[in-house]
Amino acid sequence: MNIITCVKQVPDTETQIRVKPDGSGIDDTGIKWVMNPYDEFGVEEGLRLKEKLGGEMTIVSLGPARALESIRTALAMGADKGIHINDPAFDGADAYATATALAAAIKNIPYDIIFCGQRAIDDDSGQVGAILAELLNIPQVTVVTKIDVDGNSAKIIRPIEGAQLLIETSLPAVVTAQKGLNEPRYASLPGIMKAKKKPVEVRDAASLGVTVDVKARVVKTLPPPARAPGKIICGDDPAAKAKELARLLREEAKVI
Amino acid sequence: MAKGVWIVAEQRYGAFRKISFELASTARKLADQIGEEVGAVLLGSGIEGIAGELGKYGVDKVYVADHAMFEPYTTDAHAAAVARLVKENDPSILLLGASTQGRDLSARLVGKLATGMATDCVDVKIVDGKLLASRPMYAGKCFGEVAIAAFPQMATLRPNVFPVVENSRSGEVVKFDPGVDPGQLKTKVIEVQKDTTGKVDLTEANIIVSGGRGMKGPENYVIIEELADVLGATVGASRAAVDAGWRPQKDQVGQTGKIVSPNLYIACGISGAIQHLAGMGSSKYIVAINKDQEAPIFARADYGIVDDLFKVVPELTKEIKLLLA
Repeated sequence: MNIITCVKQVPDTETQIRVKPDGSGIDDTGIKWVMNPYDEFGVEEGLRLKEKLGGEMTIVSLGPARALESIRTALAMGADKGIHINDPAFDGADAYATATALAAAIKNIPYDIIFCGQRAIDDDSGQVGAILAELLNIPQVTVVTKIDVDGNSAKIIRPIEGAQLLIETSLPAVVTAQKGLNEPRYASLPGIMKAKKKPVEVRDAASLGVTVDVKARVVKTLPPPARAPGKIICGDDPAAKAKELARLLREEAKVI
Repeated sequence: MAKGVWIVAEQRYGAFRKISFELASTARKLADQIGEEVGAVLLGSGIEGIAGELGKYGVDKVYVADHAMFEPYTTDAHAAAVARLVKENDPSILLLGASTQGRDLSARLVGKLATGMATDCVDVKIVDGKLLASRPMYAGKCFGEVAIAAFPQMATLRPNVFPVVENSRSGEVVKFDPGVDPGQLKTKVIEVQKDTTGKVDLTEANIIVSGGRGMKGPENYVIIEELADVLGATVGASRAAVDAGWRPQKDQVGQTGKIVSPNLYIACGISGAIQHLAGMGSSKYIVAINKDQEAPIFARADYGIVDDLFKVVPELTKEIKLLLA
């Protein structure tokens, strides 16, 4: 089975995000970069499929030089090879431009299933997997917590509001991973050593034959709106404080 | 020339989801600013009877395709039908809900229509005749204003954020041929496993009561559940509580869980790690109950009580029960 997982390098969830004073983006000094957590579930699920069914697993990532760290992490976990799309032309790429580059890198290699994270925790756009599926003309199943592959099809669990769906899809397909799909493994020391020797092909826009056409542009980045300072309900008696809170919610906030 | 503000309405088994009315009301407001009509696409099975209801919230024309293949929702059937209709009619703006269905469908449409989209917006407006969408990024640690340099300009709206406004229009129902061959579909829903708790999903809840590490163990959530029952609220949890195995994955609020925006969010024993604040920061009112007065959650709370939650929460339940009686 030929498995592909797309990964993105993002700021760690504990990172404080600082907006540049001119609103042109975020200040990335001091950011700790990690593999997008949802992509990690995609890497782990790909590895489990490979271990069960045999085959080869390729990691594809678009990003600057540092993105190679996330590719190496996935290789250390057990993936076989990487493709690193690295070209300053992709700075500011939106979901469509990103998916176009990924599709160009993937279309000429064999694939049976492609995993992506359900969204990246930096821009939170959650579009790339679906656009990639469209560009490759294959089905998508997004935000997935369980998958069973059976020959040329897969049965997949997708939670929605108030229910979960059991979906059957033909393969190849793009599947986007949600938390709950699995517990990603840690890379072992021998895995890390081996990863250094695994091949990573570097591609740029020209070699992929794509031009970067950004359609959705962040014209301004702003800090979150300030919240008015809150009210701390004082006193020694928990019951009296609870009573005051109930009153404020009812009479002042009018939310109950 | 692209013209018209369109929405893709969302329904299940013949009942509209509330987000459909939020979409219609928002589209009406935008359309009035640029002097255009509001169109809605409605797909489902046995839904012709409900289509006109969208007129009440400002929709001029409802394009309906009624077919068994549209219920339950699958990406391929819906995306093919909507994309075909949109290409024929060329609206300037296309809005969907940032619900699980809307997120899935909208992203596929971006691919089919080769356009751009702002996801999970909390504000949309018209500036110089074009859509300008405001959306949280980094799970709300900052916000981006997004402009789309292609048509249709697409955006998904975060549920529970945009007001529902009655603004009666004709809601003329127009049937259209979806042009989709059911035999060509590559995915199908083979089972719908309904959540039997009867609770509203966190992303759609008006009130959420959440418990974190301060709950000390899964057995103590009974006091959270009692408070939630009195309020008609849904129970949430922090990542710490989920990772400890106290609560199911689906209850997690935060950057790697659900992004929620209820009217009232009550955080019990939650310190307010940045990744949790990111997931609930757009709640209208935030209450924090925590014995550590230094907990970062208090900096975000509208109302705070610094005390032992095991003493405060049962009293709060009692008081609210009295108030609502």
